[in-house]
Amino acid sequence: MVPTNYYLVLSAILFGLGTVAFVFKRNIITIFMSIELMLNAVNLAFVAFSQAFGKVHGQVFVLFVIVVAAAEAAVGLGIIILIQRNRQSLNVEKVNLLKL
Amino acid sequence: MPTPMLDHLWIIPLLPLLGATTNGLFGKNWPNKVVNGVALNATGFSFLAALEAVREFIYVRNQELFRKEFFDWIVIPNLVSGGNLFRAGFDLQMDQLTVVMVLVVTGVGFLIHIYSTGYMAHEGGYYRFFSYLNLFMFFMLILVLAANYVLLFVGWEGVGLSSYLLIGFYFLKKSASDAGKKAFIVNRIGDFGFMLGMFLLFKTFGTLDFTQLFAKAEPWSHEGWGQFGTFTVACLLLFMGACGKSAQLPLYVWLPDAMEGPTPVSALIHAATMVTAGVYVVARSHILFTHSEIAMVVVAIVGCATAFFAATIGLVQTDIKRVLAYSTVSQLGYMFLGCGVGAFGAGIFHLMTHAFFKALLFLAAGSVIHAMGGEQNMLHMGGLSKKIKVTYWTMLIATLAIAGFPPLAGFFSKDSILYAAFIREPGGHPLYIVGLLTALLTSFYMFRLIFLTFHGQQRYDEHHVHVHESPWSMLGPLAILAVLSIIGGWMAAPSFWGGEDHFASFLTPVFGVAHEAEGAMSEAAAHKLELSLAFVAVVAALIGLLTAFWLYLKQPGKPAEIAKSLKPIYTSLYNKYYVDELYGAAIVKPLLAISTNVLWKVIDVEAIDGTVNGIAHGATATGDVARRTQSGNTRSYAVWVVIGALAVLVIIFWPAIRALAGGAQ
Amino acid sequence: MSPALLIFFVLAGLAVLAALSLVVQRHPIHSALSLIVVMVCLAGLYLLIGAEFVAAVQIIVYGGAIMVLFVFVIMLLNVGEEERTDFSKLAKFAGLPLALALTASIAAAVVKPDLGAAGVARAAIPNATAQISSMLFKEFVYPFELTSFLILVAIMGALVLAQREKK
Repeated sequence: MVPTNYYLVLSAILFGLGTVAFVFKRNIITIFMSIELMLNAVNLAFVAFSQAFGKVHGQVFVLFVIVVAAAEAAVGLGIIILIQRNRQSLNVEKVNLLKL
Repeated sequence: MPTPMLDHLWIIPLLPLLGATTNGLFGKNWPNKVVNGVALNATGFSFLAALEAVREFIYVRNQELFRKEFFDWIVIPNLVSGGNLFRAGFDLQMDQLTVVMVLVVTGVGFLIHIYSTGYMAHEGGYYRFFSYLNLFMFFMLILVLAANYVLLFVGWEGVGLSSYLLIGFYFLKKSASDAGKKAFIVNRIGDFGFMLGMFLLFKTFGTLDFTQLFAKAEPWSHEGWGQFGTFTVACLLLFMGACGKSAQLPLYVWLPDAMEGPTPVSALIHAATMVTAGVYVVARSHILFTHSEIAMVVVAIVGCATAFFAATIGLVQTDIKRVLAYSTVSQLGYMFLGCGVGAFGAGIFHLMTHAFFKALLFLAAGSVIHAMGGEQNMLHMGGLSKKIKVTYWTMLIATLAIAGFPPLAGFFSKDSILYAAFIREPGGHPLYIVGLLTALLTSFYMFRLIFLTFHGQQRYDEHHVHVHESPWSMLGPLAILAVLSIIGGWMAAPSFWGGEDHFASFLTPVFGVAHEAEGAMSEAAAHKLELSLAFVAVVAALIGLLTAFWLYLKQPGKPAEIAKSLKPIYTSLYNKYYVDELYGAAIVKPLLAISTNVLWKVIDVEAIDGTVNGIAHGATATGDVARRTQSGNTRSYAVWVVIGALAVLVIIFWPAIRALAGGAQ
Repeated sequence: MSPALLIFFVLAGLAVLAALSLVVQRHPIHSALSLIVVMVCLAGLYLLIGAEFVAAVQIIVYGGAIMVLFVFVIMLLNVGEEERTDFSKLAKFAGLPLALALTASIAAAVVKPDLGAAGVARAAIPNATAQISSMLFKEFVYPFELTSFLILVAIMGALVLAQREKK
């Protein structure tokens, strides 16, 4: 059997890659996708622990995470569409009205 | 045996305090009569209470020391071994010395209150005056009734405060408010010494309670000439406080200026009671002083020098109250001389008789000033004896008393002091001679005052000044004090024909037997010496009187001639040896310079303001830096999120990370 | 190397490569497709663990709905290649080190976890799906209902946001 640690390390790596994308990409949609990647990494960790402890609570939680991610994606993409309409650009650095 | 009054000794100071607060809080809109009622009742009943307490002390307790602790004030418990490290409580005591002091304070105080109702009748701030006067009585009574140094110091400071308030009573007049400040500040310098003395006593003996302290101090060895031990230092420090309060060299400068206050104030505070507080403290601490040769010598020399010094200044002053002020300084010097040579009883005796005749002198001077419509310069008076008869006769009696003519009060007390000075070994003779000379000068300037004011040519304009006698509210106390000035010394009189000096023997339980030097001579020889010295003193007084008579009545132009021929001496005497100017240049001016240039410009403006402004500036600068996190740039925010997450994770996973790092090494 | 371990490494490697591709690609559509690959790999990993229901939900919801949504939006907005603007100094210099540090700290924490008696690698949980459904309707019924409410709110929100402005 695959030791739980391996899943966890994989989860960490995916999470880290998601963070790198989150920091470095300029397109809002790409940033949003990196957030989805991070959520997936976390899901993997949950499921791995669920198997390690022999209880299904982790998997139930994963279900909820997926549902929430779906809702979040719906609303988030709505906002992104609005940003495109208002700023005519999907570059996150153009969204800077709070700058002095 | 029941002693209800002694058990409630606090009533004596409390009544004036109630009077002060009542008048102070509510008296503003009351008519004079009501204010009088409150103030006079407070003082009067306090006097009656004092009488009752004294009666109980003498007859019920047979003059046994009474001491009662009423409540704890400052208590520092000894956490290590139980009991108290330090206790200063509201403890009052009554012994023979207290009897004298409390009766003088309440009695003379009451008379002066009565006098004030007449003198201040047309003054503004009437209620304020009586409120302050009662407040003064409260503090003075606390001072004399206190059973420990701390409570005494409360009274000490309090009378200083009341003095300031009363000297500056006419606060709209700059000279008056300046005089009030001067008095307070000079007193403060003395108080500094007093406090240091108290601290040293506490450190050495662990207590500041009179009974305990003196019992502990008694067995200690005597510090001879040249030994600067604990007793010497402590006593010199206490004496420094006494110099401030009792206007001795070099801290006497406030007393002449204090004449800016109303005359009853001068009578009560600066003649009869407050200024005697210093003498009282020295007398109360006599056990400490007698342990130190140096302290005693210092007290005697300072007292003697001040007496002479002040008398010389008084010779040429023209303001009637100034003459009396310097006379007070001079007489206080006598009291300290008496204490310094070991005759504490004599010093206290002179304190009492001085209270009578000096209060009388001031009150009578006030009556003269009142009669003259406010004129205080003697050169503008003259020929008043027929016009204000009661004032004249009472003042004359007081002058005879202060000059030391028998059988008035001043003779007995001054004579005791001079005798004690004469027989002191070693070095008593110079003190005696200076004291005798001072007595001559005293007689001279006092009779000069009488002759200038009441006799000779009328040197004022009748049309501007309507000389009228004072009302009976003012004359009554004058009469009573005149009687006291006459009979006040008689309890010591029997010693002249072989009997007992009752006053001294009354105080023996407190001071021990005076005149140890007498042991060297036989009883009869000592008696003869005393009589001859008394005779010499009277002769001196007579010389003074006759000189004044000759200069101011027989040859009125002579004084001006002498002044011209001795111009430098005359000018320096008239200008009080320029002491005030000296202090101003040497002390006040440098202090002001330091205050302005160092304390204000450097410390306050640069350091303190700089720090406060600097903090504000620092806050602004920090804000400037911190605001960069709010850049408005979304990607920066993303990075901050990562930083935050990293921080939280590191905090949570720290053991695992450390284990990993440790394992990796 | 047991077959399970082999499959794990294959799927894991593929997932990491796809994630790298997401980071590196310039056009968002390529990133989206990479993300789909990641999700499919993860679904495979879930199957390996023995969580079939979760794997199915992953494919259906995540892959089939969310990612489709992303792709549609990219198509609708006519998103082009990414610009190369550079306004945030902080991100430029501190971003990579911080992200790596984050990864490292998480990894360090999980590399040697002490799971105790519970950490022994086990076989798949039997009857996971049945247990999940019973959990959903017994212990987690309250969050379950709340999430349905949440979805309703999200639908309404998305509708409101995407409305054209009334001229």
